[in-house]
Amino acid sequence: MTVTTAPPPAAVRRRSAMTQLVLTELRLFTRGRAAVGLGLSVGFPLLLVIIFGGIHSFSTPVKAFGGLTTLDVYIPILLVFALALLSLVAMPATLASYRELGYLRRLKTTPAGPARVLAAELAVKLAVAVVTVAVIVGVARFGYGVAAPRQIGGFIVAGLLAAAALMAAGLLVAAVAPSAGAARGIGAVLFYLMMFFAGLWLPIPDMPQVLQHISHATPLGAAVPALQDAALGHWPAGLQLLTMAAYLVVFGLAAARFFRWE
Amino acid sequence: MPAVIDVQQLHKSYQDTVAVDDVSFTVAEGEIFGILGPNGAGKTTTVECIEGLRTPDRGQISVLGLDPQRDRAQLTQRLGVQLQESRLPGQLRVAEALELYSSFYPAPADWRQLMAVLGITAKARTPFGKLSGGQQQRLSIALALVGNPRVAVLDELTTGLDPQARRDTWELIERVRDRGVTIVLVTHFMAEAERLCDRVALIDAGRVVALDAPATLADRVESEQRIQFRPSVPLDRGLLESLPEVTSVSHRGGAVVVTGNSNALNAVTSVLARRGIIARQLRVDQASLEDAFLALTGRHPGSDEKQEA
Repeated sequence: MTVTTAPPPAAVRRRSAMTQLVLTELRLFTRGRAAVGLGLSVGFPLLLVIIFGGIHSFSTPVKAFGGLTTLDVYIPILLVFALALLSLVAMPATLASYRELGYLRRLKTTPAGPARVLAAELAVKLAVAVVTVAVIVGVARFGYGVAAPRQIGGFIVAGLLAAAALMAAGLLVAAVAPSAGAARGIGAVLFYLMMFFAGLWLPIPDMPQVLQHISHATPLGAAVPALQDAALGHWPAGLQLLTMAAYLVVFGLAAARFFRWE
Repeated sequence: MPAVIDVQQLHKSYQDTVAVDDVSFTVAEGEIFGILGPNGAGKTTTVECIEGLRTPDRGQISVLGLDPQRDRAQLTQRLGVQLQESRLPGQLRVAEALELYSSFYPAPADWRQLMAVLGITAKARTPFGKLSGGQQQRLSIALALVGNPRVAVLDELTTGLDPQARRDTWELIERVRDRGVTIVLVTHFMAEAERLCDRVALIDAGRVVALDAPATLADRVESEQRIQFRPSVPLDRGLLESLPEVTSVSHRGGAVVVTGNSNALNAVTSVLARRGIIARQLRVDQASLEDAFLALTGRHPGSDEKQEA
């Protein structure tokens, strides 16, 4: 038996390293423990949309929300809920486990290098995030009569900035966590903290004044009103977009500074 | 033959511990070169400097004329690596891993064929986490070879393999070498070095204590031969004791045990032949690489050698 050096037959088209890495990350996301994270990230917010949509009082305008229904108020919160689960819980655990296994170190000895795995992982998580947002918006629109975002450009900009800031935070968690277990723990704490300020348990307009101020200074406390404004047809406030961009830069630089491949 | 790997006065410390003190050697093209030594001798640090994973504090390294630090991009295309402690994501399947790694290289080997050569075709759809230790090891060898490297560095190649899998792996490595791949083998397993390596560097406490062909190294410490046999008729001890080549003669059960210098066997057999005595169950013990190792370093190559053998 010998191993020939001849390239595979021309009929078998070879995929590029990047395509192959993205495909691998996608496959791994649908298997084992990671699949639970995928199911939760996509399924749980969707389930909440369906539950909230089924509650009659949630579809009647509320004065405190400026005439919006409770469901209207919760859609942006559930959108960032999905983004945060993907970025803060699923992704850091995956990347930290890759480091723990020595997978990233092994890739350092190949022409592909470990940075491409990081890129592939981000691409897959972002793609899943985009699909999840589209599904939630679609189900809310066609299932429960929630108006589709009217300022679509502003909605996309706010959504992407929120996703990018969260992923930068997720990368920072992966960078500093000593193990996959620690990454999962830190990610979860950060997730609950950010979701509190996003108004998951108490919508921001219902919060005491002080909490509202703190909330607006957090990434998701900025993201939720930005998405809400865009949904209602206004361009999001510059300050909210700027807040998210600032988190993106700070978390991103810190992640780049502290990330260890081994 | 030109040197494929050239390591000169390599030195590497971590905080206050010196991992590699002063290591120099060259590896010729097409050679199987062994790096042998006890745990913590600096073997892995040495090869990780060659792979470009670590930056040496001092010394020069050239691999295929490339600098492992400066010319990383080029080196990774030509150097296949098996790391001592590196695993794959548990859910990644064998065939997927091979297809993935083959996509990294400009002219990869046929990974399906490689899978067959390593006997893991039946496991193509099995996730890494469900493979046995031996199967994981074979996959990691396959991944080291999938890029069609000119040089392969294999760290603790057969650790964790059962004896049959180990012999199969040795055969595989010989076949890989026959294709012209230069191989650097890190091991603390003597039989492996003796069987496979053209030359070995014995490393102890961060230094090369000896560098030669395994048999030459063994010869170097061969001070005594031990000959054991059952004579066909009772034997007068004085007959053998009088030989200048023989140092001692003793009886053990029905067997005679003779020790002497390297010419003792010749002397003993010719005396016996002259007397018409047949030496049954004749056995000669010679110094092995392990004896050489003991003599040169004063300790055993690996504390876990017993479980390995």
